[in-house]
Amino acid sequence: MNRRPGFLTYGLLSAFLIGSAYPLWWSFVVGSGTNATRGETLPLIPGGNFLANAIKVLDAIPFWKALGNSIIVSGIVTVSVVTFATLAGYAFAKLRFRGRDGLMVFVIATLAIPTQLGIIPLFIVMRQLGWTGTLGAVIVPTLVTAFGVFFMRQYLVDVIPDELIEAARVDGANQFRVFLTVAVPAARPAMAILGLFTFMATWTDFLWPLIVLPPNNPTLQTALSQLQSGYYIDYSIVLTGAVMATIPLLVLFIGAGRQLIAGIMAGAVKG
Amino acid sequence: MSSTTLTRRQRLSRLDVKASPYLYVAPFFVLFGLVGLFPLVYTFVVSLREWDLLKGPGEWVGLTNFANVLTDRFFWNSIGNTISIFFLSAVPQLIVALLLAAVLDQHLKAKTFWRMSVLLPYVVTPVAVTLIFTSIFNEADGLANNLLNLIGIADVQWKHDTLASHIAIATMVNWRWTGYNALILLAAMQAVPRDLYESAALDGAGAARRFFSVTIPSIRPTLIFVVITATIGGLQIFAEPRLFDVSNAGGIGGADRQFQTTVLYLWEMAFFRRDFGEAAAIAWLLFLLIVAFGLINFAISRRIATGEQRVESRRVRRALARKAGAR
Repeated sequence: MNRRPGFLTYGLLSAFLIGSAYPLWWSFVVGSGTNATRGETLPLIPGGNFLANAIKVLDAIPFWKALGNSIIVSGIVTVSVVTFATLAGYAFAKLRFRGRDGLMVFVIATLAIPTQLGIIPLFIVMRQLGWTGTLGAVIVPTLVTAFGVFFMRQYLVDVIPDELIEAARVDGANQFRVFLTVAVPAARPAMAILGLFTFMATWTDFLWPLIVLPPNNPTLQTALSQLQSGYYIDYSIVLTGAVMATIPLLVLFIGAGRQLIAGIMAGAVKG
Repeated sequence: MSSTTLTRRQRLSRLDVKASPYLYVAPFFVLFGLVGLFPLVYTFVVSLREWDLLKGPGEWVGLTNFANVLTDRFFWNSIGNTISIFFLSAVPQLIVALLLAAVLDQHLKAKTFWRMSVLLPYVVTPVAVTLIFTSIFNEADGLANNLLNLIGIADVQWKHDTLASHIAIATMVNWRWTGYNALILLAAMQAVPRDLYESAALDGAGAARRFFSVTIPSIRPTLIFVVITATIGGLQIFAEPRLFDVSNAGGIGGADRQFQTTVLYLWEMAFFRRDFGEAAAIAWLLFLLIVAFGLINFAISRRIATGEQRVESRRVRRALARKAGAR
């Protein structure tokens, strides 16, 4: 097992890397090329039309508004999910109260429930409130997640020693002060990971924003989908749009890729 | 006087201790109840009525909506498509992710680079993935057919042929998720004690034998987790079929509904045909299907490679903890 991996390993990994990266690169090459580029079997070299096509994308869809909307929605949802998950997760992990275990079982049971299937009543309620068409209609349904609570509880149960809470209490700190000065600093790494994944999930969401937002007030995902709504599809513009919409997450990936990987792999270390 | 202030402070402190936990969990339960559970339960109420998107609620009709849906061939078509796409994505994805994880579970140079390269497709959103692959699977001059022509295979009708369209959509799902799942499985593999491999090697087990007899049984809880999340997600697939070949079918899953999934049919029923009652019935039936699939998967995965009964409950707990890291 301790043998150094050889040619076969790196060959497989390289093949997988090409499979992962080439569709993206191909989109950029075709998006920056001419109509002839797409006919080529394996185009590799980008052309000079990316900016021209990008301007066409900006004409076709409200790209900047959509980008702003996505940032607002994902930002607010992330702050909310992380805040409420940390509060509840801390209570479940470290405080004693009647009904705690029963409520925790409830949280775990709801983890696997596909809440997406509640869209019809959600739509009825949003319309009655007059919220359809506004960002509020997209934000409110995802303000908390059962998964977030579960995740924070699992993290905090081991990471904060009970003695630390006792000590802070003895020093005269009230419960909320203990939460702010003991729990939050300890929870920070888990909060970052939960925040990252919540942001990604909200950013990616498509079905619900498509239902409640009009074409002139979209998120990035619903705006992007408008690019191929016409009968004639100009693929170089569609692909340019796909690349443009991917750039923000690509930047996030380059900056926080290590944390993403750590987050995906984190669960296995504990437990 | 000092004694009364003290007791008041004590009383406040006791109130603080008793009430705080409830205040901390309350926002979650209130919000989750309002926007998560209530809509799900109320879906059932809607499914028992005539309910038009524009005209609003009508008469109570009992289980008529369910009866209509269950005798609707488009519904069964969508269920068949969903399950077909699910298997075409889940099975190859799991096999490749397992192999990839085993390859990554070695003393690699530039470990982080390879892990990041595997995760790259995950940052492309499903909508962008679909736009890219719709172009790749374009029947006239897309990349997929170009490459197939290269090895002497004639053009495939990726959008018109039922099976081909399912393969195309499954490819989108696989491209985005395989690396992600490989990293989850990799994490589980790294937790397997190395001396287990060494003693197996001493007993004469080759690499393949070690993989099937040591690795797979040891990471079983994680496998169960990956399969169940893939099921819950896979059976609700929407963006890919919605945006594949929009120009020919208005985005309802192909001119002959050859790749219309159930969530897409639910969407069509609610917002094109404006029948909220039947759409709600579809939502509930799909909900039951997802629960049933989850339980079946759980039962099957538990059977695979059993053997270490004693650590069972610890395993399950670990699996849940892994779930925490996985989303």
